[in-house]
Amino acid sequence: MMQITCPHCGPRAQSEFIYERTVDSVVPLDAAPEQAMAALFSRTNPRGVDEEIWRHTYGCRAWLVMTRHRVTNEISATRAVGPEALP
Amino acid sequence: MSRYSALGLLRGALNGQKHWQPAWRDPEPKSHYDIIIIGGGGHGLATAYYLAKVHGLRNIAVLEKGWIGGGNTGRNTTIVRSNYRLEPLHNLFEFGLKLWHGMSDELNYNVMFSPRGAMFLGHSDADMVKLAERGDAMRCDGIDADLMTRDEVAKLEPLLDMSRDARFPIQGGLIQRRGGSARHDAVAWGYARGADSFGVDIIQKCEVTGFVRDGNAVVGVETTRGRIGAGRVGICVAGHSGHVAAMAGLKLPVESQTLQAMVTEGVKPMINSVIMSQSLHCYISQSDKGGIVFGGDPDNWPSYAQRGHPMVMEGAVAQGLALVPALSRLRMVRTWSGVTDMSFDGAPIIGETPVPNLYINGGWCYGGFKATPASGWTYAHTLATGKPHPLNAPFSLDRFERGATIDETGSGPMPNSR
Repeated sequence: MMQITCPHCGPRAQSEFIYERTVDSVVPLDAAPEQAMAALFSRTNPRGVDEEIWRHTYGCRAWLVMTRHRVTNEISATRAVGPEALP
Repeated sequence: MSRYSALGLLRGALNGQKHWQPAWRDPEPKSHYDIIIIGGGGHGLATAYYLAKVHGLRNIAVLEKGWIGGGNTGRNTTIVRSNYRLEPLHNLFEFGLKLWHGMSDELNYNVMFSPRGAMFLGHSDADMVKLAERGDAMRCDGIDADLMTRDEVAKLEPLLDMSRDARFPIQGGLIQRRGGSARHDAVAWGYARGADSFGVDIIQKCEVTGFVRDGNAVVGVETTRGRIGAGRVGICVAGHSGHVAAMAGLKLPVESQTLQAMVTEGVKPMINSVIMSQSLHCYISQSDKGGIVFGGDPDNWPSYAQRGHPMVMEGAVAQGLALVPALSRLRMVRTWSGVTDMSFDGAPIIGETPVPNLYINGGWCYGGFKATPASGWTYAHTLATGKPHPLNAPFSLDRFERGATIDETGSGPMPNSR
């Protein structure tokens, strides 16, 4: 099991978190149809590091972005997203 | 290739079993093949076999980075069935199921296919309506499906918890009697031996590291054993589809996740069929060796790790124990994980890619093993003719942009909600 550092709550067990999708697959509201299709239906899916959006569902319920290696499960960074992450 | 037979065994018994030969050669790669298949799992080997057998092609290579059948072919729960509701899916899997029934004879290799019945459990009125609907859809296309009453389920599987206060009460089921399980390794080995006997080169420990391009078209592959030219190249690498396709600059509608399964110590026969609950997502069957094989949900986040998460394993086992409480006395002896290529509608992708001469067979999610013969047959047709077989035409890579997804569970584009 991974231990994930929530930007708001600190280190927590992975069982509190749920994976959503990768950062590059977020569909902007004003996306053109081709752009939306590409974001929704294709993934880099690297056998290496990718940036993923997870949610601390069974904790503070905030979204976070996690940089994780998909073979070793090593998490190199987590950061907050949403209005509270703005400067 | 010498045929395996009872007489041959008997003759061997008198000669100290000295007659055994390797079941396939270990050739050096040639400089060029008409068709190269990347991936020596069941699907890749079946493709090579049918390319040789059905289409008469001989100059074919299967490139495998490890050993054949060492990926998902050896990491599944060996369940074989065709009980899907949507027509393109049940047509494809039914075609495969028919091939399963003749496979041991076809390959002269005992794949230990055991059609002991594949049963879905219904836990509520809604479940029973859903199962009846699925069974009707199958029967309309001539595929066997029988709705079972609660008593029939209890008679077939006496160890199920049928009590009214069971954690997951059982109201009935839907059985496909021709479904069952098979021996996973034997499927890979049988197809390998068959393909090899037609002259197909099965090249192990040969990892593809890149594609050779002429303009946009693929004209060969770079491997750890040198450059190999090819007329057509077929990707058939299951969970690593995204990784290999990326070498050709493609982004696929696929996310790789871990799917785990586990087996207990061997016991006398106690599970008679393949018990499945789609409401729970739990699969229970008993191997011919006696071990109880469990499977459950994928781990639901992207991973290439080939090792699972204890939390998910616990969930699968908890469901199994709730259904069959007697299993609580058994010790778990082994668990394993495969990297599944979860496609964005839950259905496979078999067909052309935007890159000329490059084809893809992947996106099988957690349901690839049962499709092995159908996948091989249709992919061989596609690779030999450059056009899809009618059975795999609906499963083209461009169906997502056309809005023609084949979404059996109706759960939308996110693999982790499947």
